[in-house]
Amino acid sequence: MTLRHLRHRHSALWLAALAHRLSGLALAVFLPLHFLTLGLAIRGEAPLESFLRWSDQPLVKLAESALIFLLMLHMFGGLRLLVIENLSWRDGQKQAATIVAGVSAAIAFFLLARMF
Amino acid sequence: MNVRLYVWQRLTAAVIAPLVLVHVVVIFYATRKGLSAADILARTRGSLTWASFYGVFVVAAAIHATIGVRNVLTEWSPLRDRGAGLLASGFGVLLFLLGARAVVAVVLP
Amino acid sequence: MTVSLWRGGEKGRYETYKVPLRENQTVLDVVTFVQRHLDPTLSYRFACRVGMCGSCAMTVNGRPRWTCRTHVSRVATRGQLEIGPLENLPVIKDLTTDMRPFFEKWQQAKGAFVPSQTRGDEIERIRPDSPARIAADAAIECINCAICYAACDTVRWNSDYLGPAALNRAWTLVNDVRDGATSERLQAVAASGGCHACHSHQSCQELCPQQLNPTASIAGLKRRTMWAYLKGEI
Repeated sequence: MTLRHLRHRHSALWLAALAHRLSGLALAVFLPLHFLTLGLAIRGEAPLESFLRWSDQPLVKLAESALIFLLMLHMFGGLRLLVIENLSWRDGQKQAATIVAGVSAAIAFFLLARMF
Repeated sequence: MNVRLYVWQRLTAAVIAPLVLVHVVVIFYATRKGLSAADILARTRGSLTWASFYGVFVVAAAIHATIGVRNVLTEWSPLRDRGAGLLASGFGVLLFLLGARAVVAVVLP
Repeated sequence: MTVSLWRGGEKGRYETYKVPLRENQTVLDVVTFVQRHLDPTLSYRFACRVGMCGSCAMTVNGRPRWTCRTHVSRVATRGQLEIGPLENLPVIKDLTTDMRPFFEKWQQAKGAFVPSQTRGDEIERIRPDSPARIAADAAIECINCAICYAACDTVRWNSDYLGPAALNRAWTLVNDVRDGATSERLQAVAASGGCHACHSHQSCQELCPQQLNPTASIAGLKRRTMWAYLKGEI
């Protein structure tokens, strides 16, 4: 009976909710690694410096943009929820969710482009 | 999720949003200017401002992520309230400790 | 036209039946035809068959719908029709589900009116254009068909979750100035499995045949309970 559940899950809002959840999980996985990297500075500037230089690689920059995309998606998606929950109801939820995805992608792409 | 967790989740979200924006802008600026580790640390070391900024950031993020992970666990894993809460809290504590260490690493003079 | 109907209980299988394809035909017509002419052992529910009672709700091609108000031509887009019982509820047999969990959660959410006056008191004057009454009226037409409950992913993922219908009803009562159990009701919906478990997927609002908006009602409950909590009332 499980595959049937996927049938009517094409709604933009369900995808938005899934994106919000998955981006949150991805960020939760990323954060400890991020903190560990910064913690390199405890041993002085050199370890952090070599990491920064390593992260100058295009592939890493691409990954960083993807991360920014997930971060923006999660944040703007969350703001959309805060609007639903704290302000009076407004229609156009699907449009709002699409705009969230679009703006997030635009920001991430813009930052990526300016990196090179 | 109950009202108490909900309030903490939404509150920390509201706190984190502006911090994230500032952080992304700052890091983007630092990367554009090609700042080295030494340059960055020169700005952060001994700075009460950065210590406060990232201190608040770490605490809020640890709380926010913990509650979020707990929710996902209760819905997508066999764990229920107590087990999910314990596992998520463990993760939250880890986040806080690593985060605090990272803040100390960059602001200690 | 060949249609698949769920036969059995929780464990079962889809069985196919050949039914005549008519120009104007609802899914309920199809199910009724199968039971009357092909297999009298088929179990299903209906009552009014005109879209008033909600008894005929089933899963049609993956979506919960009122079968009496679903035209075959609208859903059997590729000549395929798959009909099953409502999801998120225990299956009794074939297309009928046990609605008890749905109504038990209704009670848990304190979805029943509790009077605060007696017949000896003056009749309370309720202005229909007061904000509270407008909010209640927007959500009041629920006929407990359980389509929203069947559509909700959070109900599927979280067995404690009271569900959109129960919470929607709680919202109408929270806005009813005559009701005397607001505090208990807010406590009930502020607990684990209450309104805060809702992720605003809005499947309920999309599929409600009465065009109700449980997501908005639940958002209202989130606001009320948040303020009640911050003020120390719950």
